[in-house]
Amino acid sequence: MDLKLDEATQQGTAQKGCAASGCGSNDQQLSHLPEAIREKVFNHPCYSEQAHHYFARMHVAVAPACNIQCNYCNRKYDCANESRPGVVSELLTPQQAVKKTLAVAANIPQMSVLGIAGPGDPLAQPQRTLETFRMLSEQAPDIKLCVSTNGLNLPNVVDELCEHNIDHVTITINCVDPVVGEKIYPWIFWNNRRIRGRKAAEILIAQQQKGLEMLVERGVLVKVNSVMIPGVNDEHLQEVSRLVKAKGAFLHNVMPLIAEEEHGTYYGIMKQRGPTAKELQALQDSCAGDMNMMRHCRQCRADAVGLLGEDRGAEFTLDKIETMEIDYAAAMEKRAQVHAAIEQELKAKQEKPAASVVNIPLSTLKKAPAKRPVLMAVATKGGGVINQHFGHANEFLIFEASGIGVRFIGTRRVDQYCVGQDSCNEDETTLDRVIKALDGCEVMLSARIGLPPYEALEAAGILPISDYAMEYIEDGVLGAYRQLEEMGRLAEQLHTGFSVA
Amino acid sequence: MALQIVAACVNCFACVEVCPSGAIVEAKPHFLINAKQCTECDGEYADPQCASICPIEAAILDASGVPLNPIGSLTGIPLALLAAREEVHHARS
Repeated sequence: MDLKLDEATQQGTAQKGCAASGCGSNDQQLSHLPEAIREKVFNHPCYSEQAHHYFARMHVAVAPACNIQCNYCNRKYDCANESRPGVVSELLTPQQAVKKTLAVAANIPQMSVLGIAGPGDPLAQPQRTLETFRMLSEQAPDIKLCVSTNGLNLPNVVDELCEHNIDHVTITINCVDPVVGEKIYPWIFWNNRRIRGRKAAEILIAQQQKGLEMLVERGVLVKVNSVMIPGVNDEHLQEVSRLVKAKGAFLHNVMPLIAEEEHGTYYGIMKQRGPTAKELQALQDSCAGDMNMMRHCRQCRADAVGLLGEDRGAEFTLDKIETMEIDYAAAMEKRAQVHAAIEQELKAKQEKPAASVVNIPLSTLKKAPAKRPVLMAVATKGGGVINQHFGHANEFLIFEASGIGVRFIGTRRVDQYCVGQDSCNEDETTLDRVIKALDGCEVMLSARIGLPPYEALEAAGILPISDYAMEYIEDGVLGAYRQLEEMGRLAEQLHTGFSVA
Repeated sequence: MALQIVAACVNCFACVEVCPSGAIVEAKPHFLINAKQCTECDGEYADPQCASICPIEAAILDASGVPLNPIGSLTGIPLALLAAREEVHHARS
């Protein structure tokens, strides 16, 4: 264990400053992630489908100010029941943020990553963000730091960012064409003026691209987030994907627009719809090419705490962390031990083929035998096992089974918009929402399911199967695929018209 | 001659750092402008800085009480839709 602790500490120190990292060559970032990047992201829950079941992350809301307006954002909104970016309950000072981070990292030893994502733009007025990073890289050198930004002020801050322990930056790039951009951004604040329309989009796009290039030059990993807005940038995002990939972004994360009227955003009120799960998947597939797509993104709040898909923020409010007594050195040692144990478990799993997700490149799939692919939803609490009761699942992992194997497609959340609020979706029951969320899936695998939901799912054309409770997901998905074949259902034409092109 | 922040403010801090006169006060329930210090950026910038970055419509008023960013001017949401939304909210509460 001592050895592991040293390794962890060294890793933390070695990553200080951009020059220490070994990545940066463009051609390396194509195809598979190079070893240097894999080493950096293996314990980052946001970047690894496998890691996110084991490692935890948190966001601290220290950055309230923003320098642009996006049509999917409303700065007035704070709803504790809601989970989406830009929403927080409690703004923190950098000192409070550090205290909270240390408290969480002591109580949740799986924690590996601290991110600053808002609720405004963390780099618009970067002092609060940079101060938080500076203190954390001193006081918790084992925690990875990352930041997300709209990119407008990024070029001005790159060098200061590199002075801290930052190894990941996320830039939200929704377009590379100002004609598209002016439909997404009504204004920016730039050189002491509010600038509107196409000119605003031109400036924003130029800054984003410049920031991306500067980070890649300095060896900082860059992820690009894009919000898919049907009819606005959906087709355009393929071009965005090509461009950011060519410039060296290591991941492109296409996320669905979240727009509901009750959020009071421009898109919400104008009834701009978000993409269906099918549309999102089709775009992710066509953008994927040889680049990694992030299909398990949960679009977290700017103050989320815990494993992805859960939020333990309520356990760590300011008044609660005030009363916590924490032995920081002991906590760091415990984290090193827990992380080492997880790492060992992950490595062991990689050696056991049944437990790892088979990632099949799309090019191979296209040449696959005629047996048609089927989407299946899986209820799981993690560990790669079908171990959750249908009724307890807030989200489902979506897998595609075909004649040549199983691949992970993404996640579908049931609580995406709001739960338990009278004003939200009042005509829909939870079961209705689940069924809607599983659109396109033909099978739902869970540990158990009650009779009424069983019948409702079946009526909706989704076959519930609990035969694979506590088995590995891939085994269950393949087993269910064989069951469908025996039932003669793989020969049928798809009634939903869904296909993976 | 001074601008004024009113209750619509969401305390997002954006104006604090762009104010060249240090006139913004981090008060609760919402931020305030110290009228003695505010110059309306006269002579320094073409537009008052706080009102140029403020994301909330009708949160900052000029000396005569008129919003510098009227309703609908920042989001582009048509006024009729905003009014309809208000009515729904009233009916619900």
